Amino acid sequence: MSLLEVKDLQVHFSTPEGDVTAVNNLNFTLEAGQTLGIVGESGSGKSQTAFSIMGLLAKNGRTGGQALFEGKQVLNLPEAELNKIRAEKISMIFQDPMTSLNPYMKVGTQLMEVLIMHKGCSKAEAFEESVRMLDAVKMPEARKRMDMFPHEFSGGMRQRVMIAMALLCRPKLLIADEPTTALDVTVQAQIMDLLNDLKRDFNTAIIMITHDLGVVAGVCDKVMVMYAGQTMEYGTVDEIFYKPTHPYTIGLLESIPRLDTDDTKELPIIPGNPPNLLNLPTGCPFQDRCGHVTDSCRKQVPNLETFGNGRQRACFWSHELVTAGGAQ
Amino acid sequence: MLKFIIKRLAVAVPTLLVLITISFFLMQAAPGSPFTGERNLPPEILKNIEAKYNLDKPVWQQYFLYLGNLAKGDLGPSFKYRDYTVNDLLEQSFPVSLKIGAIAFIFTVIIGVSIGTIAALKQNTILDYIIMALAMTGVVLPSFVIAPLLVMIFSITLQWLPAGGWNEGTWEYLILPVTAMAIMYMASIARIQRSSMIEVLNSNYIRTARAKGLPWRTIILRHSLRPSLLPVVSYLGPAFVGIITGSVVVETVFGLPGIGQHFVNGALNRDYSLVLGLTIIIGSLTILFTAIVDILYAVIDPKIRYQ
Repeated sequence: MSLLEVKDLQVHFSTPEGDVTAVNNLNFTLEAGQTLGIVGESGSGKSQTAFSIMGLLAKNGRTGGQALFEGKQVLNLPEAELNKIRAEKISMIFQDPMTSLNPYMKVGTQLMEVLIMHKGCSKAEAFEESVRMLDAVKMPEARKRMDMFPHEFSGGMRQRVMIAMALLCRPKLLIADEPTTALDVTVQAQIMDLLNDLKRDFNTAIIMITHDLGVVAGVCDKVMVMYAGQTMEYGTVDEIFYKPTHPYTIGLLESIPRLDTDDTKELPIIPGNPPNLLNLPTGCPFQDRCGHVTDSCRKQVPNLETFGNGRQRACFWSHELVTAGGAQ
Repeated sequence: MLKFIIKRLAVAVPTLLVLITISFFLMQAAPGSPFTGERNLPPEILKNIEAKYNLDKPVWQQYFLYLGNLAKGDLGPSFKYRDYTVNDLLEQSFPVSLKIGAIAFIFTVIIGVSIGTIAALKQNTILDYIIMALAMTGVVLPSFVIAPLLVMIFSITLQWLPAGGWNEGTWEYLILPVTAMAIMYMASIARIQRSSMIEVLNSNYIRTARAKGLPWRTIILRHSLRPSLLPVVSYLGPAFVGIITGSVVVETVFGLPGIGQHFVNGALNRDYSLVLGLTIIIGSLTILFTAIVDILYAVIDPKIRYQ
């Protein structure tokens, strides 16, 4: 049994302008200790995927399909049931460490309450365990910092606190929603190193949501490329990076600035913007920005086909062409 | 923190002095005197009276005489209530306003914050709409409508409560004036609390708290209530002074011997010493409660630390 098995996951939002499908028929599996990267532009449904698994969708959100955690459906669970899973089995860290900690409470209190809640620890036990966890995320002077407030911490330090908080109950799955986006580059690298170390030490599976392909290359085993709420391509990190087969993946990879190319050439970009989720075009959502668009792309949505070893791709463009032209 | 409090109190003295000075000279600059009326007094009598109240001396001399007495805690004789000093008048009337005001204030805060929080938790449900409609009504209805309405319903029609009077402040005489005083502030506080609670509940750190698997009760009481109170607290300072110094309308409608009546009479009668006495009371209360609000801020928000 896989740790997490997501089948036909859908997330809809009812808005005054109409129904929006933010996530459309997502399928993936995650084994214990593995790291899955979900990449895509803003608004591609990455975060909503995570929120739906954690039961943190906004009030107007609805889910469909299945997310089986250790074989048990976690979508649409009542709040009390969810609270037994949250933090204890599945934890989450967020994009913006500056605002994700409660500014009115001591960092120590915020850490300890997780243990007191889920593990029934006494205050003293919770305190010691929290200090140990802060040490584990390489927080200097951990004991002293338990008594401090979030505003006395830098962004990187706050993200370390968030990570420590997420790992307190040794969850089997950590969902990291753009954990480094709000941090500067050197701190980003430290946080990624830390996550790699923790993954090894705690054997935690991670879903890494990001739009930074560098992050994906550094930590992930598998990658899912999302666009307009749909899977474009899914495969191992080597397959996606060295043999990308979807025009969108290729476009993403080409638009990464590189040190070893001629710097007088303009950086390739994917022209245009993601489509409005309120009225998606008929056919493939990527059609208007794709260099390989054909009539069939405009008529119907390409099926998500599964190839050998579980690789998936949704595109009409033929695969042979891709391996010849797109790989680097 | 203690340093801050001492500093705040030290600043209060010069502030009050400026307030007294400005009020003193403004009163003197206004045309007329306590003894001008429709029937003018004979000049000799007027002269005697003015001599008795030191009004024949130059203004600056009167000012220093007043300050000298004030330093001894003497607010001077009332110019209109012949046998009373201002101290007497305030000693009789202030406790009445203070009692009504303090009770009204406590109810205002507890009920206002509670219903505001409930409305926020039930946002966009029928309960929220009902609470907010009532609050809006409370905000827009002036006390000279609410007070007589209460009298009409509870005293005249239902005959449950007395229509007015003080009776040494026994509870049945307190209910209606306290209610009339509290409604407006309660409604404002409920509205402020609702919107700030909604904002807090939508914040990232509440999402974190939910992701931690904390039960709703803990999220509300431990994570949301305190931050949501900040806007209410800043409203409370002026509101408390307003409630305590009494409402002229409410005190008039219910025939209460509070200080509200003195505001009107003091001004109309040019009762210099009474007006100054009231100014000092309100000034001191305002300074005191602004300081308390600042201290509460620091208690609630760890980012604020006073040196």
